[in-house]
Formats: sequence, C-alpha cells, structure tokens
Amino acid sequence: MTDILELRQLSKSYPGVAALKPFNLAFRRGEVHALLGENGAGKSTLIKLVSGAVRADSGAVVLDGEDLSGLDPAGTLSRGIAAIYQEFSLFPDLTVAENVFFGRQITRNGLVDRPTMEAETARILQDLGTDVSPRALARDLSVGHQQMVELAKSVSRNARVLIMDEPTAPLTNREVGFLYEVVAKLKARGVTIIYISHRLKEIFDLCDRVSVLRDGDLVTTLDTAATSEAELVRLMVGRTVDRSHPTGTARHGDVLLEARGLRSSKVHDVSLSVRAGEILGLAGLVGAGRTETARLIFGADPRDAGEILMDGRPVSIRSPRDAIAVGIGLIPEDRKRQGVLLNQSVTFNAVFAALSRVSPGLFADASAERAAARRMCELLQIKTPSLGQFVGRLSGGNQQKVVLAKWLLTESNLLIFDEPTRGIDVGAKEEIYALMRRLSDRGAAIIMISSEMPELLGMSDRILVLAKGRVAGELSKDQFDQERVLRLASGLEVVGTTI
Amino acid sequence: MTDQSTASDSKTVPSRAAMQKRGMKASLAQYGIYLALLILVVFFTVSSDVFLTSANLLNVLRQVSIIGICAVGLTFVLLTGGIDLSVGSVIGVAGMTCATLIAAGFPVALAVAGALGFGLFAGLLAGFIINAAGIPPLITTLGLMTAFRGVSYIIGGGLPVYGVPDSLKAMGQGYVLGIPVPVLLMAAALALGHIVLTHTRFGREVYGVGGNEEAARLSGVNVKALKYKVYALSGTLAAFAGIVLMARVNSGQPKGGEGYELDIITAAVLGGVSIFGGVGRLSGVLAGVLIMGVLANGMILLNINEYVQWVVKGTVLLAAVALDQFIHRHGKSG
Repeated sequence: MTDILELRQLSKSYPGVAALKPFNLAFRRGEVHALLGENGAGKSTLIKLVSGAVRADSGAVVLDGEDLSGLDPAGTLSRGIAAIYQEFSLFPDLTVAENVFFGRQITRNGLVDRPTMEAETARILQDLGTDVSPRALARDLSVGHQQMVELAKSVSRNARVLIMDEPTAPLTNREVGFLYEVVAKLKARGVTIIYISHRLKEIFDLCDRVSVLRDGDLVTTLDTAATSEAELVRLMVGRTVDRSHPTGTARHGDVLLEARGLRSSKVHDVSLSVRAGEILGLAGLVGAGRTETARLIFGADPRDAGEILMDGRPVSIRSPRDAIAVGIGLIPEDRKRQGVLLNQSVTFNAVFAALSRVSPGLFADASAERAAARRMCELLQIKTPSLGQFVGRLSGGNQQKVVLAKWLLTESNLLIFDEPTRGIDVGAKEEIYALMRRLSDRGAAIIMISSEMPELLGMSDRILVLAKGRVAGELSKDQFDQERVLRLASGLEVVGTTI
Repeated sequence: MTDQSTASDSKTVPSRAAMQKRGMKASLAQYGIYLALLILVVFFTVSSDVFLTSANLLNVLRQVSIIGICAVGLTFVLLTGGIDLSVGSVIGVAGMTCATLIAAGFPVALAVAGALGFGLFAGLLAGFIINAAGIPPLITTLGLMTAFRGVSYIIGGGLPVYGVPDSLKAMGQGYVLGIPVPVLLMAAALALGHIVLTHTRFGREVYGVGGNEEAARLSGVNVKALKYKVYALSGTLAAFAGIVLMARVNSGQPKGGEGYELDIITAAVLGGVSIFGGVGRLSGVLAGVLIMGVLANGMILLNINEYVQWVVKGTVLLAAVALDQFIHRHGKSG
C-alpha cells in the first residue's frame, strides 16, 4: 500500500504548552489507522491541524503530493479530507438530502433540483447499507442514523481521507456493529480512515495500524496484529506518576456524604460515599457519567431514583439551593458558563451564594461583603487589582479561586471539583492542589472529577472508576495504578475480573 | 513565586495604556447618556425661548412620569434578561378597572386595590407562562399585550369611563411644594427601585440571573421564583402608572397606555440597561426617560411635524441598541 497522507514535522503550541511536537507520520491508502492517547495527548490538535480547523506553527500536511498547509476546513474538504466530529454538524431542520448537499446544491435552470439530490442521496445511503429516507428531517433521526448522514456527506464529496473522532461513543451496540460494516466498505473502496477511540477493543477489531501519542509527541506506530492491549496501555501511560502533589495528613473522619442508587438518563445506578477529610477521585472516559453524577448530588439535574445522606441522615436535595443549604458546593467544569458571573466584580461573585450569611439583614451590608471577599482573596491568594474588578478580566486560575471562595463563604463541607485545573496554567494548578489539600486537612470532604491521570493519582485518597454510567471499580491508595484505571474506564476490566 | 505565575500575572494585569483606553470606553458607556441629555438640553435652550423655563421643565417631567414609573419595573425585568411588552396594555386595563369600579360605587381604596391587583395578576401570569410553558418572554408578553388591550376595550364596551373623585385626582393633577404629584411618585419609584437593586439580596439575584442564569442557579438562586417576582413587580408598577394616568386625564381610557411599552423600553435601553440582561442602573434609566421627554417636548416647541418625531424616536432607539451591542461585544473581548 502507498502513502496518501503525510504529516511532516507538524507542530502547534499554545501559550505555555506544546500541544503537538514536530514528528513525521504517514497514513496509507485504504488503511484504518487508529490514533490513541490519553486526554491531552494531542489527538484533537492533530486532527484539527489536518482538517485545517487550526493553523499549524510549522510543518506541512501533504495529501497525495499536494501541500495542503494554509487551507481552511472548506479547502481541505474540497481536496478530499473529511472529518466527523463527536458533535455532528447537521442542520436539524433540513432534510437528509439537503444536509448531504448543503452548500453545493444540484441546480437545474437556477433552481434547486430536489429530485436529483434525493435520488443521489438515496443511492449513497443504500450503498452504505442503510435505509434512511432522504426526505426525513435530520432532527428526527437516531444518533446512529445521523452519523450515517455525516458519512454520506463525506462519500458524496469523494473523501479520500476520513477522520472519525470517537464515532462509537454515542452509539448502541447494534449501531456499532453496523458502523463496523460501513467502515469496512469504505476501506475496500480505498478510503483512508483515521480512527480515534478510547476503546481498545475497537482498535483491534477495526484498525490495521495504531499510532500512540503522548504529551503531544508520537510514541510509536505499530501494526495492530503485532501488539497487545497491555502494550498499548503501557505506551499510552508511559511516564511515572508525578509525586509532586501534596499529600494529606489528616486521618479520615466519619462518612460525610453517602449517595445510594443514583439514576438519571445517563447515570445507571451509582452509589458512592466520601468521608470527612478524604479526597475521592472520580475517574472515567468522557461520557462515563461523572459530571452527571456530580450534578445529581448537587441537585442541578433531576434524578429518577436514589437517595442522598449527609452525616448519616437522608436529605432532600431537589435544587442546588437545597444542596447548598446542607453544605455542598460544586466547582463546575465549565467555569465561564456555570461558575462565575463574568460581568460582575470579585466581591459580587464571592458572596453571591452566601448573601444570607454575609449580610443577613434586609439590606445588603456592602462593607461586610467587601470584608468577606477580602478575607477570601487573602486566604486563597486571589490575584486581582481590586475587589471591584470584573471576574471576566481575571486569569483562569484566579477565576477558579473565586468560585472556590463562593463555597468557602457558604461554609460547605462537601466540595465537588469537576476538572479543577482545566484551562489553568501550571503555576496556578499547584496552588489549587495545595488549597484542596488544605481544605481536606481541615475536615472537608472532596469529590474530584478528573481526566488527568497524574492529578487523579496524585490527589485522590481513593478512586472510583465509572464506565457507561455505572461504577466499574474502586481502588484504594495502595492499589493505584494508571493502567488499572484505564482498563476499568475503557471496560476491559470489570470489578475484580479481567476480560 | 514560580516563573509561570509571574507570566500569568503579566497576562492578568493589563498595561496602563490599555487600562486608560478601557477606562475611557467604560466611562463613555456609563456617562455618554448624561452627555447626550446635556447636549439636547443646550440645543433646545438655544433654539427655543420657552424650553428652559421652570413651567416647561415641570411639564416635561410630568409628561415622562408615567413611563418613568413603568421603566422601574421594566428595568428589573430587562436586568434578568427578559422583556415585558404588556406594560402599555396593563396601564390601560388598570385605568379602566379603577374608573369602572369607582363608577359602580365601590370605595376609592378598593378600586385602586382592584387595579393594582390586576397588575399583580398580569405579572404573575406572564411569569407562569414563561416558567411553566417555557415560552420566551418576548412572545409571552406580546401575546398578553394584545389580549389585555382587548380586555381594556371590553371593560367599558370600547368607551371611556368618566368620573374620577377629587381624592384620586390629586394623584394625577395635584402639586406638592410646586412639584406635580406624578413627578414625585416617579421619583419615589426610581429611588426605591434603586435601593432594592443595589442594596438588597433580591437586587443581587436580579443581576446574577441576568448575567448568567445557569451560574446563578448553581449558586442557589431560585430562578423561577425570581422571574415571578420581577414580572409581578413590572405588572404592579404598570397598573400603578395606569391609575396615575387615569387620575391625570380624569377618566379611564380604553386606549390608555397604548404604545407606551416601546417608549419605556427605549428609555431603559437608552439608559444603558443591556437587552442581554445583567447590566444597567436606574440612574441611567432616569437619564433615558428624560431624554425621551426632552426630545418630545423640544420637537413640539420647534414645531417639528409629528410624523418626523416618530422617525427621530425610532432612530434614537436603534442608535441606543447599536451602542449597547458595540459595548457588549467589545466588553467581552476587552
């Protein structure tokens, strides 16, 4: 097989971090080539550079001898590189045929030729082996069928290279089987498929070769026939655990929070408990139900079943307000959308959840509010030119500290951190870790959701691994092992047994 | 301190030049409205002999008092990121209700309470439709605007209701220390509203929900309850303004308050209240209300054609919203 797509010394840096380091990688005509790596290993940066969504700092993308550097996604698409992301880019209120031909509608005498477009779409879909009607609205289709429409779009554009980002994540088992068949068909036609998945089983089922990325660099490219799951996990993890995390000194107290049998549309029976002074890590792949579980505990989403006990007593949590009242605080993943009010001051944000405590009277006590905010700025070392500064003007790390200040002022004793250091630079990360340790030493219980292995292993006292909305396993500190966590999270190992 | 955190510091603390530029932009946004008011006043003072007389200025104030009172309630609604188009119709229904109850022999206090009660009901109904049915505030209150206008005509069979007792006339026509009572009522509404917005927990929650509804909910704000409250406030104040209007014109008019909602929204937006919610102060709204009044009064004094006046008003609204959008966009990136 000959090479069709070559990446030559492609690199990309963001302030403070090299997202992708320069290396050479070639994809062959008609192969299914897996990209494997932990979160932050550089997979998404790589596909964004190939599709032209992001411009590389240096290096070149060469397709069949043609240098595609500098082209935008429309440009690379016209040359034959199509990408299907996890979030589909269909127009929900257009028909399947209109979606497939969007932007390059077939016309006759200047008018859109609907019958021809529909006939052509039907032919492509039949070729793929699916019976979706070209006249159906995209919004009425199942996720699996929507994915087929995305594939039909790529086929109708004669894509030579197709990038698929976690294509099976939203699919049911039956749909996954069908997707396998379609991938095989495309491959038989000479289409090169770059396949990104966390699920190792799929890589062995589907892919010819696999490239492992770690810390923005290419570790190696292997034939799948000549490697094993164990080897891939080892290559992916690669480094030793970062021991720089501060370790706790406090002995754990009594169970502070216990959640039993939590259920919602994305959480299927999760039970967990956390003790005072303990940091419980929640591990799992994207979509495993970690954030959803946290939101159920915090009352942010309605739960279908399950009960929550604080200090051994059942509590009724039906809204964040209820959760706050019993001493729970959530530091959400999406800080800007869920954590802070960007257009308000540091003081406003810090005291916002604790208004009834800080100024209990009829009128707000501005000086008490400022005093409380100033105390928090000193305690958490929030760097701001003034208490009146808009939070939107602070750095990510300082914004995160403002969110934390909010819950310290409500005197929460259970804090849920969802990806506590996402989008925060290295120096501020260490500060957040130290703060979390200090809080747990003082007796706070902490639940920490994290996709970063070093953070998870370094900070947690105990780790609960979730997979597909269920608890896949629990590891105590002496059992901590990156490979074990990954295996549990990707469903290779279920509690106690190895597949 | 590590190298990294020093680097992040330099990112966080902007250069002095940038701060000054930003400061200028911010103060232009904040004080531009007062500047515009001043320019208008100077312009009309120069071009008309009558404009800068105490009688005329009091006249201007009295004319804006109805929309000024309503603007207070509407500002609360706008600050939460909502809108209330039904206020003009609520003015009409409240005036008609009050006049009809009085004509039917009910005590004045009861008639006033009935009219205010309708305003409260109108606001709660808007809140209910928005909260329970999830219909956007624009559509909800557009529907209520039309429906309530119909109610206003139905009450008197399409005819005005006359006969306002002297005790109530004072509310619309009286003077205290030489100042018209409606002006004093407007001043009281603005002052109270300002205190509630800036000095109470409720006011903080209004800004919080408008700034970021989800973040506010996750901070423990009962967002639905808050929406009920702001629409109830807007409806009740509109009904109050309707009673004042009725007292001023000596009758309940089925057409009372028609089209006022647009003047009120224009005034609030002119005054710097963001149509996206979360940003704005009542001091700015007062300036916005005065601009509307001065503009209308000055154009009449200069004998400008009524049709031309409409064009000017519409242009002023668009200019205000364009400015708001501009600041909004640049505020985010800056």
